Amino acid sequence: MQWETVIGLEIHAQLATRSKIFSGASTAYGAEPNTQACAVDLGLPGVLPVVNREAITMAVRFGLAIDAQIAPLSVFARKNYFYPDLPKGYQISQYEDPIVARGRIDIDTEQGAKTINITRAHLEEDAGKSLHEDFHGATGIDLNRAGTPLLEIVSEPEMRSAQEAASYMREIHRLVRYLGICDGNMQEGSFRCDANVSVRPVGQAEFGTRAEIKNLNSFRFIERAIEYEVERQIDLIESGGKVVQETRLYDPDKDETRSLRSKEDAHDYRYFPDPDLLPVAVTQADIDAVRASLPELPRQKIARFVTELGLGREEATTLANDAEVAAYFERAVAVHPASARQVANWVMGELFAALNRDNLAISASPIKAEDLGRLVERVTDGTLSGKLGKQVFQSMWTSGRDADAIIEAEGLRQVSDTTLIEVAVREVLAANADQVEQFRAGKDKVLGFLVGQVMKKTGGKANPALVNELIRTEIAR
Amino acid sequence: MAISNEEVAAVARLARLGLDPEDIPGYAAQLSGILAFVARLNEVDTSAIEPLAHPLDLHARLREDAVTESDQRDAFQTHAPAVEAGLYLVPKVIE
Repeated sequence: MQWETVIGLEIHAQLATRSKIFSGASTAYGAEPNTQACAVDLGLPGVLPVVNREAITMAVRFGLAIDAQIAPLSVFARKNYFYPDLPKGYQISQYEDPIVARGRIDIDTEQGAKTINITRAHLEEDAGKSLHEDFHGATGIDLNRAGTPLLEIVSEPEMRSAQEAASYMREIHRLVRYLGICDGNMQEGSFRCDANVSVRPVGQAEFGTRAEIKNLNSFRFIERAIEYEVERQIDLIESGGKVVQETRLYDPDKDETRSLRSKEDAHDYRYFPDPDLLPVAVTQADIDAVRASLPELPRQKIARFVTELGLGREEATTLANDAEVAAYFERAVAVHPASARQVANWVMGELFAALNRDNLAISASPIKAEDLGRLVERVTDGTLSGKLGKQVFQSMWTSGRDADAIIEAEGLRQVSDTTLIEVAVREVLAANADQVEQFRAGKDKVLGFLVGQVMKKTGGKANPALVNELIRTEIAR
Repeated sequence: MAISNEEVAAVARLARLGLDPEDIPGYAAQLSGILAFVARLNEVDTSAIEPLAHPLDLHARLREDAVTESDQRDAFQTHAPAVEAGLYLVPKVIE
């Protein structure tokens, strides 16, 4: 039988606010345990939550970027469950009236672009962390993360392969980073994903029973976990079994999913509107203000790089993937707009290599974008050969000086003065009579050797195209 | 609407309330009585009425995104039965 895979994703994006969603405690990562857990986060008696305006604004930013409806009034609800890293006994979330509903996003698939509908995106608080290492048979609780704002983004079950799911996850990841609402750091848990996976015979309208896979914190894992899970479900059904609705955990070391023994009634959350919180109003004026502040979105940027700057799709995607890289590239191109492709090559070639080598983020590049643009201009206008350009780049990297200063100081200007080069050409030809004979006899490859000799004599500064031409004329004479 | 003994036990378990099994039938009768009382609201036609999320007809006042809390871990942890290395210790929870 032919099977079709059906996948829906729930992504938790940690919002990049300074303080928590309902308290004034810091959200900075990596602090000493419980030093950023205040009375509200601990759920001490008598405290009241107060909503962080920035969390609302960030949710609206996301909503507008996915072309969704922003609720004029959204309601916080209590999701009740028992776990020690949730001191109040409930998580404040949104249930019936989420702040963002009915959006969509385009993703890349092997068959081209595909639109995935986004059911909703709601605000909620994160829980604390349980440390199960042995504390004399006890569990240690760190509540620094409790109350950190999350945006839970729920897709429709519209993805049909593990690759599509990974592509969707990448697209959302890129979007939240562009919007500046989430740092996207998966190692630190700022961007996490659960996948609802089911299979059904091709052509069947109803969905099969789904399993929810948790703990998918990398693009690679999501693909592998879904592929494993799909295979498991098909094998199960084909051997006469039945898929049960359950939560499964992906184990990347064993590359398998396994059932998470869920406690009885664990899903009876008994939601109700939180009486401590009034409904949150978002006015049309608020929405207009956020809309005016939206940046160009990743897919628009990629399209513009292709149509306006003449980049290939792959180059455009590489450069637009990260908002900071894109901004750097655009600043460099602004200096030298005539050669966007060359600027792209230098960014993806020399610059990326140097950043990688020194393990630096692009924001920490010792070469400013404008200076790189100027360097590329010096190569395209013939002041520098490509080889000298690379030499100047390294010198810029270590000294922080700009290209023109280095060219002047080190006398690296490419020699395009014909008479100077002619002298060197004559000397080289006189010293290499054998090779000249071979070239006359039709052995074209010798030309490269002769050009190399002239370049050597001029300290690499001669314009190679000119050298080439002068050798040919001189021999033909 | 009657609440069964099993439902009382289930809700108590979710809420982590320890109930004496002998008391369960009494609670079931009382809770059923409360629900029967509230069920009278079903007689009212509410089809044109928007659900109420909060009895106050007001919207939330929002706070600016600023860190206003300082570290008071030591003070908070004086109330905790057991702490170690800055962590609150609780009976082992196994997933």
